[in-house]
Amino acid sequence: MTYSASMAVQRLFPTDEGHDLLDLTREVVAKELRPKVDAAEAAAALGEEFPTDIFRILGRAGLLSLPHPEEFGGGGQPYEVYLQVVEEIASAWMSVAVGVSVHSLTAFPVTTFGSPAQREALLPGMLSGHQLGAYGLSEPLAGSDVAAMTTRATRDGAGDDGAGDDGATDDPAYRIRGRKAWISHAGHADYYTTFARTSDARGRGISCFIVPGDAPGLSFGAPEKKMGLHCDTVREVIYEDVPVDAARRIGDEGQGMPIALAALDAGRLGIAAAATGLAQSALDVAVAYAKEREQFGRAIASNQGLAFLIADLEAAVLGARAAYLFAARLKDAGRPYGKEAAVAKLLATDAAMRVTTDAIQVLGGAGYTQDFPVERYFREAKVTQIFEGTNQIQRLVISRHALG
Amino acid sequence: MNIVVCVKHVPDAQADRGFNESDNTVDRAGVDGLLSELDEYAVEEALKLAEASGGEVTVVTIGPDQAADAVKKALQMGADKGVHVNDEAIHGSDAPATSLILAEAIKKATDGNPELVITGMASTDGTMGVVPAMLAERLGLPQVTYASELTLGDGKVTIRRDNDANTETIEASLPALVSVTDQINEPRYPSFKGIMAAKKKPVESWTLADLGIDAGQVGLANAWTKVVEIAKRPPREQGEIVKDEGDGGTKLAEFLAARKFL
Ligand SMILES: Cc1cc2nc3c(=O)[nH]c(=O)nc-3n(C[C@H](O)[C@H](O)[C@H](O)COP(=O)(O)OP(=O)(O)OC[C@H]3O[C@@H](n4cnc5c(N)ncnc54)[C@H](O)[C@@H]3O)c2cc1C
Repeated sequence: MTYSASMAVQRLFPTDEGHDLLDLTREVVAKELRPKVDAAEAAAALGEEFPTDIFRILGRAGLLSLPHPEEFGGGGQPYEVYLQVVEEIASAWMSVAVGVSVHSLTAFPVTTFGSPAQREALLPGMLSGHQLGAYGLSEPLAGSDVAAMTTRATRDGAGDDGAGDDGATDDPAYRIRGRKAWISHAGHADYYTTFARTSDARGRGISCFIVPGDAPGLSFGAPEKKMGLHCDTVREVIYEDVPVDAARRIGDEGQGMPIALAALDAGRLGIAAAATGLAQSALDVAVAYAKEREQFGRAIASNQGLAFLIADLEAAVLGARAAYLFAARLKDAGRPYGKEAAVAKLLATDAAMRVTTDAIQVLGGAGYTQDFPVERYFREAKVTQIFEGTNQIQRLVISRHALG
Repeated sequence: MNIVVCVKHVPDAQADRGFNESDNTVDRAGVDGLLSELDEYAVEEALKLAEASGGEVTVVTIGPDQAADAVKKALQMGADKGVHVNDEAIHGSDAPATSLILAEAIKKATDGNPELVITGMASTDGTMGVVPAMLAERLGLPQVTYASELTLGDGKVTIRRDNDANTETIEASLPALVSVTDQINEPRYPSFKGIMAAKKKPVESWTLADLGIDAGQVGLANAWTKVVEIAKRPPREQGEIVKDEGDGGTKLAEFLAARKFL
């Protein structure tokens, strides 16, 4: 018996392609992710280690840009399919699933708000599977309160005014100066989807830019030492008068906040799906262990007190999956889904925290050791309640929707 | 160049594999199957050759309905077309019969002119490893087997074969048959685009009659050998526990000496 959870969850897909995609995902997960996750996470906990090779493999297999338009190299898949792929990846390697979700988020502003010329110029690279993006929104003094950001994009007098939007590198039209905090993939990303202030009008003064990873003036802080999710390298990104063409500004000046919020609605679903996969893996380990471990002369699972705990975990995981899939279906149908996405993020990440906590309980002392994966799952679950909007912020979003 | 790759659908080695009780053949219905991993190297090598110098890759399999999945996987990886020979009379065929069917299918698929036939070095279920040689013989082609490297030259193919004590470089004139090892390349995963494209690729389904083979030449009843009995390997027994009462080292040494390790 092995205690690395092997997920064989029942899945429904709107198309046959979904099943083919699932087979492909499970193969890549079994051969590339499961065998490598433990060593890579342990190494990353001690120093720098980033699973670039894994992202390349996923990229070549077409799994890095599933929800984006086919004409620019994406997979053209509905969220209902894409998110289940994220969940499968998370069941083996949470950092990588978060990376896939973050990468998707970085392209969202271009696919949704970019001009035809910008999509033409930027997306083929972003969606090629060879590039990885980072999403620069948070700042040291602007976490939940995004509108408090101080990173500034100043118009560079003589530069390109963006006319023509041809994506060509003319004279810079903006120079970005400031500091972003907690940026996943920082130092490894090929481009940084960056939000910066173009006027002082708080939420209405922010704009969105796609900054190339090799832009002059871009540098990075030391990797944060985190309690988990070690292969999701997180650092500060420092912008020292980084030149950016006007053609790389997505949307109008001042449209950054609505773009960031729309992207987060979609991104939250990715986090909800990843949290569900993580919870499922913890549950699988707990179930296997409960059936095998004997105390008082019988399997611990034959105690109703423990069996009911497992039942509650099962209910939490299925509830989380149902919540994100419903929000996904709304999104795929073109309906508003912001409230449902926030509910899904809240339910799924709280489920992940609870399920991983109780999975350790089921394993007793063994669960508290690194001989079993549940202590890692537990450390990874915690962050899902924090990023892409803390769960307090989700409640803020939900209550605003509910109360109008 | 038209390249033919022979692929086999085998029970998943990760699953609990077994045999049919009635006739001692491999149980192919009761377990999930997949494209034999050793054949993935053959598909990959063919795709690389076709990508480098143009050409078409045809994959051929023999097997029951599920074997279509092996062809599908190869098409998803990038092969151009597939052939699936499926006939109830084939059940239980041995290596000579399998090579006969493959030979006829390859001839039919290439109008009698295969330029290069690539196979894995063995299947992961039967692991006989004799089909490539038999097939080459039936097709009248030179055989260069166990290739860990393959290069195409002007009208010839050169391979490297790594043996225990030496490495051979072997050359054969084309057309030829090459069997490849798991050292030759790193098989690709299908891409999502490849999966979509595979749905539109042609797959021929042939019976023995389509190939002009008489059912009396193949199948379990006509096999040259027969599996008489199968016994599962007994579960491993508990090892001997040496309790250290000050003489643990001596006991350990005695244990190893008794087994001639010391
Ligand atoms: C591993 C990791 C990866 C990350 N990756 C990225 C990334 O790639 N890109 C990016 O831009 N950011 C990223 N972040 C940042 C993340 O999105 C922020 O940490 C998050 O938004 C919270 O901001 P904060 O940490 O400043 O907390 P704060 O906003 O300071 O919140 C502290 C506490 O106060 C609560 N709180 C704040 N406001 C309210 C309110 N109005 N009502 C009730 N409670 C409130 C919060 O819920 C929280 O409990 C990442 C963070 C982590 C840990």
